[in-house]
Amino acid sequence: MSVRKTKHEMPQQKPEERIKNFKEVPYGYSKEVAIEEAKRCMQCKNKPCMKGCPVEIDIPGFIARIAQGDFDKAAEVIKAKNNLPAVSGRVCPYEGQCEGECTLKKLGEPVGIGRLERFIADYEREKGVKIPKKPKALGKKVAVVGAGPAGLTCAGDLVKMGYKVTVFEALHAPGGVLMYGIPEFRLPKKIVEAEVDYIKKLGVEINYDVVIGKTITVDELMGEFDAVFVGTGAGLPNWLNIPGENLDGVYSANEFLTRVNMMKAYSFPEYDTPVKIGKIVVTFGAGNVAMDCARTALRLGAEKSYILYRRTEAEMPARIEEIHHAKEEGVIFKLLTNPISFYGDKDGHLIEVEYINMQLGEPDESGRRRPVPIPGSEEKMKIDTALVAIGQSPNPLIPHTVKGLQVGKHGNIVADDDGRTSVPGLFAGGDIATGAATVILAMGAGKRAARAIDQYIKSKK
Amino acid sequence: MYQILEKKVLPETVKLMKIKAPLVAKKAQPGQFIILRIDEKGERIPLTIADFDRKKGTITIIFLEVGKTTKQLGKLAVGSSLLNFVGPLGVPSEVKKYGTVVCVGGGVGIAPLYPIVKSLKEQGNFVISILGAKNEKLLLLEKEIQEFSDEFYIATDDGSKGQKGFVSDVLQQVINKHKVDMVMAIGPIIMMKVVSDLTRKYNIKTLVSLNPIMVDGTGMCGGCRVSVDGKTKFACVDGPEFDGHKVDYANLMLRNRRFMHEEGEACKLEGVQ
Repeated sequence: MSVRKTKHEMPQQKPEERIKNFKEVPYGYSKEVAIEEAKRCMQCKNKPCMKGCPVEIDIPGFIARIAQGDFDKAAEVIKAKNNLPAVSGRVCPYEGQCEGECTLKKLGEPVGIGRLERFIADYEREKGVKIPKKPKALGKKVAVVGAGPAGLTCAGDLVKMGYKVTVFEALHAPGGVLMYGIPEFRLPKKIVEAEVDYIKKLGVEINYDVVIGKTITVDELMGEFDAVFVGTGAGLPNWLNIPGENLDGVYSANEFLTRVNMMKAYSFPEYDTPVKIGKIVVTFGAGNVAMDCARTALRLGAEKSYILYRRTEAEMPARIEEIHHAKEEGVIFKLLTNPISFYGDKDGHLIEVEYINMQLGEPDESGRRRPVPIPGSEEKMKIDTALVAIGQSPNPLIPHTVKGLQVGKHGNIVADDDGRTSVPGLFAGGDIATGAATVILAMGAGKRAARAIDQYIKSKK
Repeated sequence: MYQILEKKVLPETVKLMKIKAPLVAKKAQPGQFIILRIDEKGERIPLTIADFDRKKGTITIIFLEVGKTTKQLGKLAVGSSLLNFVGPLGVPSEVKKYGTVVCVGGGVGIAPLYPIVKSLKEQGNFVISILGAKNEKLLLLEKEIQEFSDEFYIATDDGSKGQKGFVSDVLQQVINKHKVDMVMAIGPIIMMKVVSDLTRKYNIKTLVSLNPIMVDGTGMCGGCRVSVDGKTKFACVDGPEFDGHKVDYANLMLRNRRFMHEEGEACKLEGVQ
C-alpha cells in the first residue's frame, strides 16, 4: 500500500469571511480524518520526530493510539509530557521541529503532527479533562513567577511530582503572551483558560496582581519557598529608534495586541479599552507577532494592511502558515524596505512614513544576507497607524532587583540549559533567559527547570 | 477583590477612597502608583498613591472624575470591591535631605504630593509648599500639607483664597527669597512645564511626576512612553518622576489626547457624562 504523500487538509474559515471576525481560522480535524492522517505515520523505530520536540512528547506513541481510534489513551500519552497541548497544537512551529524530522518528508509532506496534537487536545477538552491522581505531598514549596508558557509548564510538572506550587502573575489574567499577545483567531482565549484551569486542578495556586520585584521581592520569595522559578518573558518592546516614533498613531506591537487581545478592544465600547487604527495600517517586522498585528488590523476594519520588511520573504522569521494566512487575507507585503522617519500633522497625529528601498548584500552574523540601503531610493507613503513589531527584550523588572544574579548583555537572566542561575535555588527559563523565542521553547525550558528544581531540593536534604 | 473601606467626596468631582490592599500597602513608597480595574469589562487605569497605612493595609487614592472609569469608580459605595488593584508600581520619589525644597501641587496633583511632602519633612528638609487650584472650593488637602510644611502658600485662579494667579508666580517670589535646592512639582502638564521653565533659569533641580496613558504598568506595552532628554522612557518603570527640565511636555500632552474621542463615546454610552 502506498502512503499518501500530503497531509490531510484542515478545513478553515474562508479568508473573505474570517477577516470580518475574530473567530479561529482552522476548524481542526474530524475523527475520521485524524485517524486517516495518523495512519500515515510509519512508526519509525528511532523516532526522529521526538528529537525535534522541546517537551519530549512520545509522538509515534500518541499517533499510534489515534490510528487505533483510542483517543483517550492518545491524550494520556500527550499529557504525560505536555500540560498545554491545545496551545502547542496551535502555535508550535512544527516545520522546524517534529515535522521537520519526519521520515515522510523524504517522500512528500510530513505527518500532520501538530494537527493531530490539536485534535486530541480538543477532543479531550470537549469530553472533560481527566485529572490525574494527586501524588504524595513532598512538603516542599516552590514559587513560580509569571503565568506564561514557561511558568505554567514548570508549575504543572512540579505539582505532579508532589510539590506545593504557587504562581505569581503581574497581570489580571493568566497565560502571559498566550493571553495578551497571540490573537483570538489564532489561539482562542477560552482554550487558554481551559488549559490554565487544568493546571489549577492539578493543584497549582495562581495569584494575580502581584508584581514580583515590586509587590513582593524575589528575596522574600527565596526566604519563604524552597526554590523559585522565574519565567517573566520578553515583554519589553524594541523600537525602530527613528524620528516621529512617539507620535499619536505609533504603537508597539505589545500595546496594540494587549489592547485588542487581553483588554478586548475589538469589543469597544462594550469593553472599556479603546484602540483606533484608521484606514491604512503598516506593521514593521516579519515575525509571528508582525503577522498577528497585520491580520488583527484587517479584522478591526483597516482598508489596507501592509507589512514593511527590510529583507525578503525567504528571511522572514514567521511560521510559514502565518505568512500564508496573512497573504490569503490580503495583507500587502512591501519587502526590502526600511523606515527612516514618521511624520505627523500639526496636532501630532501620524500621517506619513518615509522609507528607503534595500537590496541584499553579504551574509551577516545570523547567516542571512544583510540588507543594505539603495542610495537615493527614499519614498513616502500615507499611513494612519504604525505597528512596531521588531521584537521584544527580556522584562527588566527582576534581573535588576536581585542581588548576585548574573545578567547577560541583552538584559536576560543568565541560566544554564536546565534553568540554573548564578543564585542557588533561583531558576529561570523561557524568554527571560533566552530572549524572545517561541512558546514551545519556553515550555521546554519550564519542563527542564522543573526537573532541575526537583534535583536541587532533594539534594539539599 | 479589593474592598473600598472609606469614601469621601472632596470638592466637586474629586473623590477619596481607602482601598484594602495589604500587599500593596506593605511596600508602598511616596511617588509610586497603582493600577486598578473595576470589573471584567473595565480598562486598567493608573492612579498615584495619595497615602498608605501599612498597619491597616490600606491605600488611599484621590481622583478627579474625568473619564468613564473614574466616573464609574466615583459611584461605587463603601463595601463594594474592585476586581484588580496592583502595585506599588514605578520608582519611588527620591526622598532625601536636599536642604530647602519647594513642593508645588496643582489641582488633583496635590494628592500624590502629600506623602512626598510628609516624607521630605521627615528627612529634615526645610519644606515650602505651594498649592494651586481654580478656586478655594477645589483646594485639596490644605490642612494636611500645611502640617508638614515650614512655609505654606496658596494660589487660586480667581483669588478666592491665597494669592490670585498661578503657583509659578508664588514660586518666583519664593525663589527670590530663598536659596532653593530642589523643586518637586505635580499637577497639570502645563503647570509642570511652566514650573520647569522657571526653575531652569535658576538651575534648580526639578522633579515632576507624569501621568501618561498606561495599559499594563509593568514596562510591557510602551503606551506610557515619554521623551526625556531626547530619549524614550517608560513612565511606568523608569518613572513616573523625571527631571522636569528634560521632559518633552508637548509630546506628553499630545499622547495624552490619543483617545479623547473614544473616551467621550464611552462616557456617552454609559450615561456618565
